[in-house]
Amino acid sequence: MSETILFYLFSVVAILASALVIGQRNPMYSIMLLIASFGALAALYIQLDAPFVAMAQIIVYAGAIMVLFLFVVMLLNAPQEDAAVWDRTHPLRRPGVARFGALLAGLLIVQLVWALVRVNDASTAVNARGDVAAISSVRTVGRVLFTDYMFAFEATSILILVAMVGAVVLAARETAS
Amino acid sequence: MIPLGHYLVVSAILFAIGTAGVFLRRNLITILLSIEIMLNAVNLTFVAFGRAQGNVDGQIITFFVMTVAAAEAAVGLAIVIALFRHRESLNPDAFTSLKW
Repeated sequence: MSETILFYLFSVVAILASALVIGQRNPMYSIMLLIASFGALAALYIQLDAPFVAMAQIIVYAGAIMVLFLFVVMLLNAPQEDAAVWDRTHPLRRPGVARFGALLAGLLIVQLVWALVRVNDASTAVNARGDVAAISSVRTVGRVLFTDYMFAFEATSILILVAMVGAVVLAARETAS
Repeated sequence: MIPLGHYLVVSAILFAIGTAGVFLRRNLITILLSIEIMLNAVNLTFVAFGRAQGNVDGQIITFFVMTVAAAEAAVGLAIVIALFRHRESLNPDAFTSLKW
């Protein structure tokens, strides 16, 4: 019972915080709200017997990545977003095109609901199968990560290296020119 | 006991919020934050499905998604800094020309 209450509590916090993230004009507030959303998601991961993912979520996402965002917002002196000025002459903003887009968005919602209804055993409890002790242990996660997913793990290290070089090249000021 | 479908619904709502943010906001930083919301929504789906299957594969894919998100944030923010240096603006409408 308390499990259900906690699930709804953290789901509502995650959804509300995310909705407020895109409702803010000031990116600083958006980042703070996104950290709250990530915290609520970490709580959901704990409920799903994934404590290691929850900790990584808080340390890597709410910690490292969000600090990177905060750093950039402070560095750029966080210009407030201008109020939307709708350019009515733009070809994509004509009423017929907009109505077509709204129709497509409605169809997408219908399709999503249909897919969710048709998921196999969507109504069975999420923790009905599997051994909780094995799933939630870091030992199991580490063993699978370094054996079955070894290639992906190594490829990820290359990705990180490429991203690091790319970030330095893109952000470096051109001095010699 | 929470059914699997509930987690999928939460994830779908979060993903929709992220998508709406990408289209509605006119600030490059907020657009990148919306992409993070979408990645997190997908992470929740992975972990929930993995738990329902009774194995740890979902959690492992989540780690890879986090790594890609970190790389994406680093490169994306570097691009934002470079663009801001040129135009003194974070409005995506200011960057409509490829060459300047």
